[in-house]
Amino acid sequence: MTPRVIAAGLVPLVLVAGLVAFITGPGGITAGIDPLPDITIERVDFVDSEVRVVVRNTGPVPVDIVQGDINDRIQPSAVEPDGHLERFETAVLRIPYAWNEAEPYAIGVTVHDGTRFERVVEAAAPAVPVDLEQAGLLALAGTYMGVIPVFIGLAWLPFIRRLNQKSISFFLALTAGLLLFIGVDSAEEALGVSAENLAGSMNGALLVLASAGCAFLALQYVSGRLASTGALGSGSAMGAALMVSVGIGLHNFGEGLALGAAIGLGSAAFSVYLLAGFAMHNTTEGIAIASPLAGRSRVARRLVMLGIVAGFPAVLGAWAGGFAYSPISSVVFLAVGSGAAFQVAVTVARWVARGPGGMTSLHVCGGLAAGLLIMYMTSIVL
Amino acid sequence: MRPRSMMAISVAAMAALCMAVLLPGSTTAVVEKRFITHSGAVISTTGEVLDPLYTASTVEFDPDEYLRNFEYGRVSQEDGQTIREYTIIARDDQVQEISPGVFYNVWTYNGTVPGPTIRATEGDIVRIQFINQGSKQHTMHFHGIHPAEMDGVFEIVGPDGGQFTYEFEAGPVGVHPYHCHVMPLEEHIVHGLYGVFIVDPAGGRPAADEMVMVLNGFDTDFDGENNFYAANTVPFYYQHHPIRIQQDELVRVYAVNMVEFDPINNFHLHGNLYYYYPTGTDTVPSHYTDMVTLSQTERGILEFSYSYPGQYVFHAHKVEFSEKGWVGTFLVDGPS
Repeated sequence: MTPRVIAAGLVPLVLVAGLVAFITGPGGITAGIDPLPDITIERVDFVDSEVRVVVRNTGPVPVDIVQGDINDRIQPSAVEPDGHLERFETAVLRIPYAWNEAEPYAIGVTVHDGTRFERVVEAAAPAVPVDLEQAGLLALAGTYMGVIPVFIGLAWLPFIRRLNQKSISFFLALTAGLLLFIGVDSAEEALGVSAENLAGSMNGALLVLASAGCAFLALQYVSGRLASTGALGSGSAMGAALMVSVGIGLHNFGEGLALGAAIGLGSAAFSVYLLAGFAMHNTTEGIAIASPLAGRSRVARRLVMLGIVAGFPAVLGAWAGGFAYSPISSVVFLAVGSGAAFQVAVTVARWVARGPGGMTSLHVCGGLAAGLLIMYMTSIVL
Repeated sequence: MRPRSMMAISVAAMAALCMAVLLPGSTTAVVEKRFITHSGAVISTTGEVLDPLYTASTVEFDPDEYLRNFEYGRVSQEDGQTIREYTIIARDDQVQEISPGVFYNVWTYNGTVPGPTIRATEGDIVRIQFINQGSKQHTMHFHGIHPAEMDGVFEIVGPDGGQFTYEFEAGPVGVHPYHCHVMPLEEHIVHGLYGVFIVDPAGGRPAADEMVMVLNGFDTDFDGENNFYAANTVPFYYQHHPIRIQQDELVRVYAVNMVEFDPINNFHLHGNLYYYYPTGTDTVPSHYTDMVTLSQTERGILEFSYSYPGQYVFHAHKVEFSEKGWVGTFLVDGPS
């Protein structure tokens, strides 16, 4: 591009910047309108005789954190590094308090204009220690939830191999159905977390859409490259299986986050429920990876790699959720998992479309429907 | 791109994510500060301390000055009667730091919440030139005995310089509130348009260390519940700045409850009991107690003296209020 072309491209940008400055500047139509401050209490940790609160400025203007309280009772406290928060900046509010385990607490934070923000913790539990033992526990939980079930699912491969072409199409369609369900499931979870934890100014639903869209397009590009660099033909089955693994891996990272966060919040009963539920659910993901490989032999070593790509992110997610939980990153990762699942569903559907009967045959439609139903059933059993 | 390189990229991405999640952020050396919790623990922090500790210079309203300040007016005589003249200016545009860092739009009589303590002797003529410099309608409504047209309810005083002269004979003897009576009434009261009106008996009361305590609250986020409570506006002020009194000296507290939203307030004294005179209208106390319960605008006189030196707490025994600021201490000095 020549400098003239670049300059021509910049002109509208300069003009719109001028317009914004005119509207918001002194004397503009917004002069005299004071936007209200808004903060989000992102995280509450109960440590030795102290409650630690992570506060983020999620409003349109800078805020000052001026007071902390527990159950609406003012406590001398401290804010680190300091109480002045620019937009999206965070601080840690330390409230010394001899809390009692398993009791509910309302944590209050007051800002400079006297507005009090509150977050209720259902049952206080000691914060997760950041140490090797805890990392091991989370890794174990992630392994039970993600890695092992995926490998169990992969054990269906010898069975799928003995099927005829029609039946393989059925299982591939079933895979696409599973992935569609996973995509919707992740998106719903992302929207739920954003509605519950993110301030309105973060546009949670649009954050989900943008993250899922970007993940979809990124995988779309990568699978396109895989197809165009000669991976088609003999390698295409492995390529498709890998795409499925990557998509499922991204999704499992989101599930790991949820599990790690539940363990981190000390919600033991809830985390056992999550663990068992996810484990059942994830066994079906093994089928999704195995199905594209039905016609291939001598894949054992690669199968192990595929299983790890799909399952191990659950361990990473558990670490992230347990040690560094933040609602924003949770929403982003869940949405990325959703976009990835949708893209892989599309990839698999294309694969199926090239098979006997195209997309409209009974075994393909039946397979898709079976995939959706299986996922729904396994999601409600526990 | 080959499947194998794809796998390598996936694994590398996972490893990077793993590092980002598990490695702690960088820290820089900062000066440590200390503060003391309500239960006495000493806590160190590298950040800012959020504790309602103040000096008079850090608050715009000085509770120490208000405590023992009585306004007797410009005094003159007419036909053998004492005339006490006052000028009271109402405003509604001030923003005051009512607790450290908390800025709230107060509506004021003569620039403060509570307004000045007006004090007269029974039978005196009280004449108040009231000027409304606010942007809304305001009035002054006194509790006590006076003609209907001096009641400050139907005689609305307009904004931006509206005027009215209240004139009545002070009575009955006791301690009374005055406040704005423009609708919506609750809004005008909770923003701070109130003060204390003391009527002394002819010949006065026995000599004492006298002080005024207005029990008030502030709903700074307008949710119909008070965020702060106090004796004399500033939360926790007298806890950190004890009120000094002398051992064996009679102390007389004129206490007026102006808290809105909450149906009751109360006054509990430590290490002592007080004689309580409801509304201050009788010379015989109704109770000898360490606890009275006060509803809206309920008030009375508390009389006590301490037998032992030391520091004694007084607070609302509706403990929620004391934990949100309505708590203070008396520091009793022994004989020197």
